[in-house]
This record gives sequence, C-alpha cells and structure tokens, in this order.
Amino acid sequence: MLETLLPILIFTALALAAIGAVRRIRLWRQGRPSPVNLFKGLAALPRRYLVDLHHVIGRDKMISNTHVATAGGFVAAAVLMILVHGLGIANPLLGGLLLLASASMFVGSLFVARRRINPPKRLSKGPWMRLPKSLMAFSIGVFLITLPTVGLLPEGLLEGGGSWLLALVLAGVVAWGLGEMFFGMTWGGPMKHAFAGALHLAFHRRAERFSTKKGGVGRSTGLKALNLEDEAAPLGVEKPADFTWNQLLGFDACVQCGRCEAVCPAFAAGQPLNPKKLIQDMVVGMAGGSDAAYAGSPYPGKPVGEHAGAPHAPIVAPVVMKEGKALVDADTLWSCTTCRACVEECPMMIEHVDAIVDMRRHLTLERGKTPNKGAEVLDNLIATDNPGGFDPSSRLNWAADLNLPLMAVLKQVDVLLWLGDGAFDMRNQRTLRALVKVLRAAEVDFAVLGTEERDSGDVARRLGDEATFQSLAKRNIATLAKYRFLQIVTCDPHSFHVLGNEYGELGGVYDVRHHSTFIAELFDAGRLTFTPWKGGRVTYHDPCYLGRYNGEYEAPRNVLKALGIEVKEMERSGFRSRCCGGGGGAPITDIPGERRIPDMRMNDVKESGAEVVAVGCPQCTAMLEGVVDASAEVRDIAELVADALVESPAADTSRRPTATTMAEEVIV
Amino acid sequence: MQPDLHQKQQQQGIDVAVLVSIGRHPTTGRARRAEQDARGLELALAMEAELPGTRISMLHAGSQDDSSEAALRGYLGMATGVGMGLESMTLLEQPEGSDAIPALAKHLAATSPQLVITGARAERGEGSGLLPYALAEHLGWPLVNSLASVEKVENGVVTLLQALPRGQRRRLKVRLPAIISVDEAAPAARQSAFGPARRATFEITPTSPEADSELAQWHLAPARKRPKRLKIVKAASARDRFKAAASKSEGKGGQVLTDVTPEQGAEAIYKLLKEEDVLR
Ligand code: SF4
Ligand code: SF4
Repeated sequence: MLETLLPILIFTALALAAIGAVRRIRLWRQGRPSPVNLFKGLAALPRRYLVDLHHVIGRDKMISNTHVATAGGFVAAAVLMILVHGLGIANPLLGGLLLLASASMFVGSLFVARRRINPPKRLSKGPWMRLPKSLMAFSIGVFLITLPTVGLLPEGLLEGGGSWLLALVLAGVVAWGLGEMFFGMTWGGPMKHAFAGALHLAFHRRAERFSTKKGGVGRSTGLKALNLEDEAAPLGVEKPADFTWNQLLGFDACVQCGRCEAVCPAFAAGQPLNPKKLIQDMVVGMAGGSDAAYAGSPYPGKPVGEHAGAPHAPIVAPVVMKEGKALVDADTLWSCTTCRACVEECPMMIEHVDAIVDMRRHLTLERGKTPNKGAEVLDNLIATDNPGGFDPSSRLNWAADLNLPLMAVLKQVDVLLWLGDGAFDMRNQRTLRALVKVLRAAEVDFAVLGTEERDSGDVARRLGDEATFQSLAKRNIATLAKYRFLQIVTCDPHSFHVLGNEYGELGGVYDVRHHSTFIAELFDAGRLTFTPWKGGRVTYHDPCYLGRYNGEYEAPRNVLKALGIEVKEMERSGFRSRCCGGGGGAPITDIPGERRIPDMRMNDVKESGAEVVAVGCPQCTAMLEGVVDASAEVRDIAELVADALVESPAADTSRRPTATTMAEEVIV
Repeated sequence: MQPDLHQKQQQQGIDVAVLVSIGRHPTTGRARRAEQDARGLELALAMEAELPGTRISMLHAGSQDDSSEAALRGYLGMATGVGMGLESMTLLEQPEGSDAIPALAKHLAATSPQLVITGARAERGEGSGLLPYALAEHLGWPLVNSLASVEKVENGVVTLLQALPRGQRRRLKVRLPAIISVDEAAPAARQSAFGPARRATFEITPTSPEADSELAQWHLAPARKRPKRLKIVKAASARDRFKAAASKSEGKGGQVLTDVTPEQGAEAIYKLLKEEDVLR
C-alpha cells in the first residue's frame, strides 16, 4: 500500500512546490529589473553558501553544526527519497544512504527543537515554533519507510492484516513532513528561506561582497547611483514593487533569526526600528496583506497588526492620508544610523541599509519629508557645500597659523589630505592639527584642497538626497582631477568610504586611506618614533564606516600598539562594534527613543574599565564626547600619536631624500 | 453637523497668486528660493489644504537662465502632493534690469486673482520692500503687511492675522481682492523636493519690458560688514555663561573725543584696544 501511496505523495508535493515556486518567482518579478549574470551567480552559489554564509553562521558554532546536520541531511534525504520512494529504485545502498541522511537530519532537528524550548527574544515564534516538529516528522517518517527497503524490517510487516493502520499513520507523518519541507518551501512556510535564500545568494545585488578563491572580501557601497539625467527614472522606492527583483528575493530569504535585531543600536535605544521586522514588512508588502501574522519583537513602541501594505501601494503613508498608516512609518526608516551591524550579522546576507536608503530617497526627493533638521542641513549643503551652513571660504580658518601647503599652489604631491567637514568643528580641529603635526614629523609630502574642498556628500546621500550628493561628488571629482597625487588620506571614515567606494561610479577613482592606516604605514617604514604610553587604560571604538564598511580593524590597533598601548577591548568591538549613533544622518533626523545610542556606547567603554577611548572618526568623537558624566576621555588616534611623537633631528637629515615628491616618478 | 456644514458652504476656495523672486544666500550669494517668498508660498499651500477649491498660481518676472531656473524650481519643489496645481509657474520674461512692477501689475490685472501674496522684501536688486506697495497702488487694492496667517475666506472677505512686534497679533477683515506681504512672522517654508521641482514646467509669457531707469543710475556695492562689539564674559559656571549670553549688554563707559590731534586720537584708541585685550 505504501508503495503506491508514497510516489503519489512525493510527486504531489513536488508538483505543488513547483507551482508555489512559480508563484513566488512572480512575486519577486514585480520588482524593477536589475542586471545579474544568472549563470555566473548560480555557479558561484556553492562557494557563497559554503564559505561566506557559513562564515557568518559559524560565529555561533552550535547553530552552525545544527544547520549542517539538518540542512545537509535534508537535501541528501530529499534527493534520495525521490529516487528510492518516488521512482522506486529500491537499491539497498541508496536506502542505506537515505537512512543515514534522515538520521543526521533527525539529530539536527533535535538541536533545533532544543533551541526552541526557551528561545532567545530575538527569534520569531509563530510558524517557526512548529518547524522542529516538522523536521522530525520528515526525518522519522523517511527513516521508517526506508527501513524495509534495506531489509531491516520484514517487508511483510506493512502488508499484514491490521497494518494498514500503521501504514496510514506513517504516510500521514511523511505527508506532514513533505508538506512543510516541499510545499511550505515555496508557499511561504519557514522553509521558504532555503528556496529564496539559495537564489538570493546566487543573484545577490552586491556580488562583490562575497569572497573569491583568491581570498579577500570586496568592499563596496550597496547604494546604486540614481540616474538623474533621465526624468522618467524613478527617484527611490515608494512601493514594494519599486525595489529591484533581487532585493525582493533577498527580503524573502530572511529566516527571522533576529541576529540583526540583537545588534541594532536603534532597536536597543528603543527607537521605532527593528531590522528584522522591517524585512518582514517588506515581505508582507510584496505579497500584500497586514503584519498581524508577524511573531517576533515589534518596532519599539509600535504594536503589531496596525500596518498593512500591497505591492503597488505606498510603503509610507503619504501626507494626504491623514492619520493613515501604511506598511511602515517614516520614523522607522529615519531611525537607522546605517551602521551595517545588521548586514554584518545577517546569515542570509540581506542588505537592510540599502533598502532603507532607497525608501528614504523617495521621502526626500519626491515628498520633501526629511524630518527635523534634515531640510535645513540639505539646504545648507546646497547653498554652502557644508552641512553647518558655514562660509565655505572659512574652511581653512582653523589652520591660519599652520601654513598648510595648498594643492592649488603645489599641483602635485604624494598625499592629498582630505579635511572633511570636521574643519568647521572646534573639537575636530584639534584632531586635524594633531594629524598635520604627525604628517610633518614624518616629512610627508602633502597638501590640502583648502577652500576648494566640499562636503563629500555622505550625509546628503544617507538622508536620501541623491541629487545633492551627486552635485557635490561631481564638483569634488572635477576639483580633484586638476591635481596629481598618489593617495588621499583623511581622518574621516565617512569621507573615506564615500571617496573610496562611492565616487567610482561617478568617475572618480582614488586610492584613499584612513589616517590610522597611513600612520601605521609611516610607523612601519620607520618614519615615526614614539615615547611609550604612560597614561591609563585605553580602549578602542571601531567606527562603522572604517570597520564594517571597509574592513579596517587592524591598522588602528597596530598604531595603538606602536604607541605602547595595550588595548582593553570592549565586549562589542571589531566587526561587532556598536555604533556611536552618529551615522546616516541620525543625529540630524533625531528620532526619539528611550535611551541615547552614544550613552550606551560610553557605557560599553566604562565596562571595559578604560580611562581613555581612542577613536578614529570626527562623528564618533562628537557623539561620545557629548555624553554627560562620561567615565573616559575621548581622544582621536591622531592626537594620541601627536602627543607621543619624538622629534629626532638625527633622523631628520638621514630621511631627507625620502621626502622628495614621489608622485613625479610614478605618474610622469 | 449642521453648523459645520453651514460654515463649509460659506467658506470657499479662491484664486491666489504668489509672487516669487530669486533669492540670494546671505553667506555664499548663490541663487536660491527667497526666504520670504517661500514663506508666502507656504501660506498659500496651507490655505489650499484648508480651503478646498483654492487655486494657486505662481508668478515671477525676470529673465530665464540656468541659475535663476534652479532657484525658481526651489519653489516648485514645495508642491509635493498630487494635484496641488503647481506643476507650472508663469514666467513674465524680461531682461535683467527691467522694472518688475509694470509687468506684474499688468498680468495681475488681466488674470484678476482674489489674493496676491508676496514676500516683504527681495534678496537681490534694490530690496527696498516697495514692490507690494507699488503694486497695491497700481491695482488699487488694499495691502496688509507682515502676515502671520490666513484664517478664513467668507463671502469675498478674508480674515487675516497680522503680526505685530513682540509676538502680538491683530485680526483684520479685508475685502478681496487684496495683496498681503509676509516676512519672518509667517510660518517657515516646507522643504523643496527634487522630483516635483524637476518635473514642473514654466509658462513663459513675453512682456514689453520697461527698463528700471532709477536702478540703472544706482551704484551697487557689497554691503560693508559692521563690526560687532566683543562681549567679554567672565563666567565660572554654565549658568553664568547662559545668563550673560541671554542678557542684553548695556553700553557703559566710553568717551567722546572732540578737537584732538590725530596722535591723541590714536593714543586713545590704542589704550582702549589694550584695555579690551585686543592688543597685548
Ligand atoms: S534579516 Fe537576516 S539577521 Fe535579520 S532576522 Fe532576517 S535573516 Fe536574521
Ligand atoms: S544599519 Fe544599524 S541602525 Fe540601521 S537597521 Fe541596521 S543595525 Fe539598525
């Protein structure tokens, strides 16, 4: 009886899964086109899954092993089951393998079940709670029906008189398993993540983020430049269907593991943002419906079940809908600091930040609804090329006594020192002065653009004002094109990221270095000597745009080590560093929460027991120094280095030759 | 519901013309939407939201070039809702240096809006603030300056709130048509959005330009910055600093020197600079 029932069950499930797959693909294809090399993507899939994805999952060894056992067991069992029970190839070897596979899957599912006993808050409940049972049903069912195939059970057992009942029960268990695993995979059950996730990895919108065989991970911005020349081209994302198809596919891959939620500074601060919920809302929007079925933590302060959306309905309610709620409220989108902690933690490689900025673009460019100081800052950027509205001709006032060499005079140097908007900020001017002192001590051939420099466009872009970003970027690129230099050095990681990773698309390709990287190189080349550190304990705060965005975790630590400082690491440091709250225009849009992000970060500093927190970003400096009653002093790496400099006249003369312009030799 | 309905019937939308000029950023001198004119448009947009049926038209007299177009689009970008009727603006084309008043007056007389809103003073050119008055004189309409808000329009009479010094307000009833001018007392202008600004079009209307003969005789030069007196604050606590910053300083001391030789004068100035710690 089972022999006839099983193939029917299996092929029905497969057929239903195929129908579901077509429907799901249709949902994704509502999105805008996005060119992807399908074949190359599929070819890269195994590596992306086995190396990159497991690199992230592997941070939690327990889950990683569980997943290998369960998923590996399932894939093998599914294929073998189709062969053995579907096509009736009752080969004992295949049967044996099938037993093994289903056993492995069963063991895995036990661990899945154990995790669900007292699940951490970040995990979603709902259908996810039944998943371990479904996994068990599938694995036990498959195991039992395979026993006769390998002759471990007398074939007749299931054929005997009253055994039809047993057979029916078994068939029921298998049907349950098949329902969850095959049918649910494409019809929106928890197993959807496997189907969508695999395709998402293959057709990822930011393919350069994956490692290659040559090693190394590509650093890039996920933000694609808008086409502003074409008036018909849309400005950002208004409706779920305005995302590109592979973004929609990416949202669908979410496993609701909540790792993003656990690291999100805005969520921790009680601001109305939860990256997991946001991704789930996008899934709701792409299929149409309300968020009532969501079974995870809500956006702080916003109950679940009040929002709904549709693929072609606005995500954020337009002004005309007074009191109206759509899929997501605007303050959710404006809470994000673009720190990328969520992107870094997401095992499914989902790109939250880019989606958020895409939606912000619509709000800013089409609706003129940048909250709080947003409009003022953007107006300032347009009128004065800096967010503070300062007179652009005063950009170099802080250095009136420093006699800084100007690009306009020298035309050609080794290092172009990019000042950033910190040049207008009294606190950051101290950092800049320190940096100049260090460059002079190492006899670096450098110059500044001075009043020719403009804001890099970082804030404008994160606030969704792509037009102002491109205007600033293009003018900066035109200015830089007038001069010759080997590299740009800056003490601002935001400028660093924008100049290095975002200007390329607009035609400006530069070798950019953060000052910590550059100082580390100078030290390694023996061009700097330091007196040993005598101060107290020091910790280091990784800026998001230096660390997670650009992978530079080592150089700042090497510089501190060179100073004789042993860094007391905070619990969250390196790629897990917690944002200072200053990125993405968050201090400008200033969405209220229950706590302040910089307060939480200074608390991390306090817990590390450090008396000094070394930073490498003007924004971090401002945010962390703004914390009242802080237990630690905030010092930029450049300041610490400048304080420790030993000026050795002997070395001076011996090094003269290296100080000649290298640009000449290389470029000319 | 009855009185509400009654009121609704009496309130009716009207035709509003907003006069906009090209502004000048105080620090960089870049062309932009003028601050006060933008507030004027904001007022009109608020009226449109309150009074269904209100139609806004925007009017600018001047030449058309790239930088002025970008500035004018700054106004057009304020209409971000669907069907706000600001998909275009009328541009009375005339060369730089022409008198805007005759062109505007002629156009307004021909199109006869019920309400004309304008900023009190332009940010470039003469900036004398006379335009609203000259227009009112030309058209023979009443003018209300320094407007804070438009409260309601009933049977051809508009109720206005005029701003007076020290936050005082005066309620006025004015028969339409009328001209109102706005300054810093009116609500700040909303953000201008790139998309609608880019899509909007200009309806270019040629005029018979009249050269501004008076302006041509003027000699224009950048204003000299008047030096600000330094305020020396000796404060130990944040509270003292705040008090010092918030309080108005009264002039005290000082001396008037008359009939002195240049040397004596220089001596006195030098002494003062030393006292004030400007020279050390
Ligand atoms: S977005 Fe990524 S990290 Fe967040 S819940 Fe989904 S899969 Fe997990
Ligand atoms: S980028 Fe940072 S603030 Fe934004 S959602 Fe992700 S974790 Fe939260």
